[in-house]
Amino acid sequence: MDVVFLSRLQFAAATMFHFLFVPLTLGLSVLLAFMETRYARTGDEDYLRMTKFFGKLFLINFAVGVVTGITLEFQFGTNWSRYSEYVGDVFGSLLAIEASVAFFLESTFIGIWMFGWKKLSAKAHAFVMWLVAIAGSLSAIWILAANSWMQHPVGYAIRNGRAELTDFLAIVFQKFALLEMFHTLTASYIFGAFFVMGVSAYHLLKKNEVQLFTKAFNMALVVGLVSSVLAFISGDLHGIHVAEVQPAKLAAMESHWETAERAPVFLFAIPDEENETNLIEIGRLPGVLSFLATHDFNAKITGLKDIPKEERPPVLITSLAFKAMVGLGTFFPLITLLLWIKRKKLLENPLLLKIMLFSIPLPVVALESGWVLAEVGRQPWIVYGLMKTSDAASPVAGPQVLFTLIAFVIVYGLLGAVGYYLMFKNAKKGPEAA
Amino acid sequence: MELQAIWFFLWGLLWAVFFMTDGFDFGVGTIYPFIGKTDTDKKTMISAIGPLWDGNEVWLITAGGVTFAAFPAVYATMFSALYTPLMLILFALIIRGVSIEFRSQIESPGWKKIWDACFFIGSAAPALLFGVAFANIFQGLPIDGDGIFHGNLLTLLNPYGLLGGVLFLCLFIQHGALWLCIRTEGDLQARAINVSGKSWPVVLVLTLVFVVSSYFATDLFKNYFAQPLLFIVIIAAVVSLLGVRFYLKKQSFFMAWGASSLTIVLATFFGVIGLFPTLFGSNMNPEYSLTAYNSSSSPLTLKIMLGVVICFIPLVIAYQAWAYKVFSVKVKEEDLHHGESY
Repeated sequence: MDVVFLSRLQFAAATMFHFLFVPLTLGLSVLLAFMETRYARTGDEDYLRMTKFFGKLFLINFAVGVVTGITLEFQFGTNWSRYSEYVGDVFGSLLAIEASVAFFLESTFIGIWMFGWKKLSAKAHAFVMWLVAIAGSLSAIWILAANSWMQHPVGYAIRNGRAELTDFLAIVFQKFALLEMFHTLTASYIFGAFFVMGVSAYHLLKKNEVQLFTKAFNMALVVGLVSSVLAFISGDLHGIHVAEVQPAKLAAMESHWETAERAPVFLFAIPDEENETNLIEIGRLPGVLSFLATHDFNAKITGLKDIPKEERPPVLITSLAFKAMVGLGTFFPLITLLLWIKRKKLLENPLLLKIMLFSIPLPVVALESGWVLAEVGRQPWIVYGLMKTSDAASPVAGPQVLFTLIAFVIVYGLLGAVGYYLMFKNAKKGPEAA
Repeated sequence: MELQAIWFFLWGLLWAVFFMTDGFDFGVGTIYPFIGKTDTDKKTMISAIGPLWDGNEVWLITAGGVTFAAFPAVYATMFSALYTPLMLILFALIIRGVSIEFRSQIESPGWKKIWDACFFIGSAAPALLFGVAFANIFQGLPIDGDGIFHGNLLTLLNPYGLLGGVLFLCLFIQHGALWLCIRTEGDLQARAINVSGKSWPVVLVLTLVFVVSSYFATDLFKNYFAQPLLFIVIIAAVVSLLGVRFYLKKQSFFMAWGASSLTIVLATFFGVIGLFPTLFGSNMNPEYSLTAYNSSSSPLTLKIMLGVVICFIPLVIAYQAWAYKVFSVKVKEEDLHHGESY
């Protein structure tokens, strides 16, 4: 049994499952902090009940997110020990800083928030939620700095047969990291906003607690509009940077085979990797790929054929993930803009409310696609240009990994089912009576 | 002291603090089915650790992260060698975490039974397995020059490893029972006092047996004989264990719990000092052993991480201590109906 392949499957399963919950934690904690601050400032009970209602959903989501995060920290050691040994000097410190600077703060204060309603003043309690929200985003920033280093390694030198740190600040403040942080965080805030809007839309459609859910909807709408515009802009900038530093990923994203000037984008394309061409190409937009990658319609873009076969990422997965992400990323600012224009007449627009209800999962689909694009598009490298994924796995036995992979799928599957069931149940039930 | 040596002891300290903090959560979960007679008892017990367990578990994440950052080769070899036991621990921690959150969500006896069982297994299994793992680390493992582990789960379940597991489990049971003495009242507290009292002699005997077996099964005492002043640590561990008994008799539970915390830290340090400078020893050939000196990160990484730890860990300790203070009061029955609990 191929240990590398099984370990990749296991890491993908564990990360993608974890990432179903994390962005909602990031986005919803910010909204909860806004809601509770509004309550602490105005004394408006609607905001208190809103905070408690969404807080309950938040805690279920948080619990599943936290427990599935623990395994990730250790999987680098259990399954990717060659990688850990080779780059630990650089990569390990980022993970250790995440735990000591951010995760402690988040985990300690979430407990205080949960049990501290009567022990703290309203203002102090709201402040605690701000700490949780800030710590969550801070946590993400360190993890993304670590990932960015795998995408575009900087600030290191090869010494003593391994990658050693030479410039810490270069790693944290490199352009790739800043763009990835900005893009992922704003995308996560979209998820929080769409979750609150969707759940509110459900109750508004049922004419349940109209006053409370109108307030919640409007608050989330502002966050959703701002963050979807910011995610769109940062996505564009990030794309240009990826084109510059990871040409193979860019070419795979657009299934672009021939090096050309005025390179086109296809609205839809299915690549045929065997024959180095596209099976289906629909909606050819000449020059658009050149424009997206460089902001110049005439720029020359390297095609996959000019990249050695063994250094190409899987084209089909990368391109489909990219298309899903971009399509949804365009939908979010458009729909939130439309909602903003119609915000005064929401209740008369059941269709819009229904769209928002069914849009709840869309941001997480976009987020997961973004990650598939980032990670699959980086292949065959585990650290771009430095170490191949095939050299990175642990010297463990295949059946061991197969066994834990199966355990992951079963345990996580059950957790996900129970977690979502409880969230559905509580979301439908609505806020507790005043 | 060299950077590597400082990091070696910081590494030990982080694990010790993890055992001290999450240890009582494990203990509470382990005695949960036995002294939690009614649903109110059970809710009270879960709520007694409810606000704190999550922050406590981060000490594990930090210990793991610091192993990765400061000793990448140890992180890589230790966790791939201990693949199966570590995965078992992680799965156990997963089901413990969610059982705490999920149990109170649905008012059905069947539902609660499932999560009660998960809470128990998710607490007792890591307590036992961490003990087995650390005893084996004290003893050394069959690791070759490429960091490949020549053994399986049964290799770890040798008598000394199992003794370590049972010792940890009993230490944590006592520790958890003492925490319940602080946070509960009435019948439940009486049962917690009873467990604390009865577990004490067991812990004492196990500690002494473990120390004596370590003399025969490991090389831990080499450092002690080279520097006899170090025996103070072992003596202090035993004295603080006597302190548990002393304060328990006086019914000052907070002090007894504090003495138990100290016992756990000192017991961990008994091993850590004995190991120095070996982090992950090979019993195939001493040359294959990973030490603080042959497996550490570059001086730059060690310095940066030291700066981070010096700035942030005291801050963490400060706000966690505040959280402990806020939540060291009794869990009252009326709290259980106010969304202030599970």
